[in-house]
Amino acid sequence: MSKTITIDGLAVPFQEGQTIMDAALASGVYIPHLCHNPEFKPHGSCKLCTVNVNGRNVASCTMPAVEGQQVLSDIAELNADRLALTQMLFVEGNHLCPACEKTGNCQLQAVAYYLGMMSPHYNHFYPQREADASHPDVMLDRNRCIYCELCVRASREVDGKNVFGLSGRGIKTLLVVNSASGLLGDTDLAVTDKAAHVCPTGAILIKRHGYAVPIGQRVFDHITIKDVQTGGGDE
Amino acid sequence: MQQFEFPDISRILTPILERHGGDASRLLQVLLEVQDVCHFIPSEAIDLIAAHFGVPRVNVEGVVGFYSFLSTHSVGEYRLLFSGNITDQMLGKDELMQYLCNKLWVEPGKVSEDGLVSIGSTSCTGMCDQGPAALINGWPLTKLDHNRLDLIAELIRSRKPVADWPAMLFEVVDNIHRGDVLLGQPFEPGAAIRATLARGAKETLVEVDKSNLRGRGGAGFKTASKWSFCHATIAEEEGGVICDIDGHPERFIVCNADEGEPGTFKDRVLLNSYADLVFEGMTVGARVVGASKGFLYLRGEYRYLLQQLEAVLKCRREAGLLGETILGQMDFSFDIEIHLGAGAYICGEESALIESLEGKRGRPRNRPPFPVTYGYKGRPTVVDNVETFACAAKIAEKGGAWFAAIGTAQSTGTKLISVSGDVARPGIYEYPFGVTVSQILDDCGAEGRPYAVQVSGPSGTTISWKEFERKIAFEDLPTAGALMVFRRKRDLFQVAQNFADFFAHESCGFCTPCRVGTELQKKIMSKIASGYGTASDLEELKRLGHILKTMSHCGLGSSAANPVLDILEKFPDMVESKLKAFAFKPAFDLDGALATARTITGRDDDWAHL
Repeated sequence: MSKTITIDGLAVPFQEGQTIMDAALASGVYIPHLCHNPEFKPHGSCKLCTVNVNGRNVASCTMPAVEGQQVLSDIAELNADRLALTQMLFVEGNHLCPACEKTGNCQLQAVAYYLGMMSPHYNHFYPQREADASHPDVMLDRNRCIYCELCVRASREVDGKNVFGLSGRGIKTLLVVNSASGLLGDTDLAVTDKAAHVCPTGAILIKRHGYAVPIGQRVFDHITIKDVQTGGGDE
Repeated sequence: MQQFEFPDISRILTPILERHGGDASRLLQVLLEVQDVCHFIPSEAIDLIAAHFGVPRVNVEGVVGFYSFLSTHSVGEYRLLFSGNITDQMLGKDELMQYLCNKLWVEPGKVSEDGLVSIGSTSCTGMCDQGPAALINGWPLTKLDHNRLDLIAELIRSRKPVADWPAMLFEVVDNIHRGDVLLGQPFEPGAAIRATLARGAKETLVEVDKSNLRGRGGAGFKTASKWSFCHATIAEEEGGVICDIDGHPERFIVCNADEGEPGTFKDRVLLNSYADLVFEGMTVGARVVGASKGFLYLRGEYRYLLQQLEAVLKCRREAGLLGETILGQMDFSFDIEIHLGAGAYICGEESALIESLEGKRGRPRNRPPFPVTYGYKGRPTVVDNVETFACAAKIAEKGGAWFAAIGTAQSTGTKLISVSGDVARPGIYEYPFGVTVSQILDDCGAEGRPYAVQVSGPSGTTISWKEFERKIAFEDLPTAGALMVFRRKRDLFQVAQNFADFFAHESCGFCTPCRVGTELQKKIMSKIASGYGTASDLEELKRLGHILKTMSHCGLGSSAANPVLDILEKFPDMVESKLKAFAFKPAFDLDGALATARTITGRDDDWAHL
């Protein structure tokens, strides 16, 4: 006997233990998100997936689905706030979309497309963040990190290695790696690790694979992130 | 990095690690001691500590990076941090800090070239009634003036150990100006526990319920509900009930003494002079919920109280009020351990506090589950404010009806108010709930005609002179206990800017809206303050305020825009007078950009300016 919640007027079934995001994705309802990846424990940090439940805003990736919840998601006000959050992510780092190897395959960029982002709106912070090319197979460019901790979670939960972690606080939060030198090359990260492949932006890149797929033929050049993440683009 | 300085790091670390045992929840406590000895946390120490606790190195590094009082680079043998709250600023903090910097030849925020001293700012140290204040290697300095700073400079130059400095520099007084049921009446240690045992645990919960006591930390959640939720929850793991060695389900009582809200210092006074009352309240709570272990999470700024608090705990153990078989009751064991914070305001948020207790970065958890069902180490945990436990002890002793008769319908009992700012008698005032702001202003000798009052610190409410008849109560003006008074002519924009800086500094950085939003807010306030503000910046502040309020992960983010939005709404003239023009102007100042070049060339003539 399945229970249901309502998302933007649509009845969505769920099973006990599922979050609102789980239920939505299973039913092909897209709620924009960046730090969430169904393969990992929910995190709730990017806040793009914020929805309104019975009058209160909550992160849909961490909020358990409860029978009878009235969820508002695809509404103008929330989409405007999501757009603002996406713009914040762009200005706090140094994102170089036209020159980035991840362009067209980048979830941050794809969410920005989806939300209709036409400008960064806020003044850029231009932070000084270090790139790390010490690893033979994997490039780490902190300029593009959005602190979603997917690499942290993947390394811990799947690879059993704890290669990544966060240090610092507030706007000075920093992605750090598990070595005394602070260099990725001195960690036990392998190119085959899950952690090397989950980054939603171009912060973690596999070396020597540049432009294997030409620009114009990449995932989000053809279908929206909504269709990719809800399976809607395959038809 | 600086490994050559610490060839014997393991010799330094071994006794510290041995003293703390192998439980990784002691991590922060170990790091504080290492910082004390080495004046920073050397890279090798991180390796050794990680190996000792069997946790990844990256986790230890993450903890070091999170807390303000820990550092991966040397901060000087003498580290002086001036309290940066607006009340300290009003008392001349900026000028005093510069004065000391000049005397010791050091730039603010930097370490002197010989590594002897560093001088910087920190968030409010909780000494607003005796500011300007500072911390020297973690110890509080109060009532700073030029004479005291001359003396301090001399002590530092002669490399005299801080332990040997004159005691008068460190004097912290209670400044209690009005007492009521908590501060004004005597308390016999053990009285509340005896009453609880005589009445029974369930019956005591009924009394707490009847008292209608609400948490004193600001949120005002009903204490009896919290306690009964915690009591009802049985932690399950793999189908079995988690019990301690005596077969009791494991639950925890945590006293939140991370009094970080700028302008608040009531918990400091309660812990200094009424610690028995607080510990007794925790013990009563333990009896009610069935906990055998409690923690006092003491903010790093109050570490000077640690020794005397340990002494009170020792006395209570000897008197049979703590430890095994309390007051001879075979089924009642409870003890309290003190954990120190390390300079992170966010750890006052209960789930961040629990993370910190577990030796992690103080990041608020996702809720649900709430701490009453999933708290410290996943066990049901009650987290209450210092003052809440003090009230609970009184209720256990004198009954719920007695307490409920004081105050107002929704806000029973009394409230401790920490008063600072433009007043003749800053300090602690205890009133029954329902007292008006104007009554407090009269009693504390507010100078001239006060213009505005900040109720409950930066995360609270700014009220204008038109609102002074409002009442301190959950029905009207809820407060964690701070009241900062600003007289006419005070620059309220500067006040709001100070608060905006505070929130940007204290954001944990976990969620996007708070991490970036507080920083954007800070930058816009700074743009306006430096004379480049326009009307569009005010609109931007409102828009940011909306996002902070509605999208943030926890209370820090959702209240971070309060002071800014309040002055925009209540003092629009004051803000608009700061604006350069109504049309858009960029923040970029071409002449200002040449300042570095002028400094380097030593020029300041007309031709060096645009």
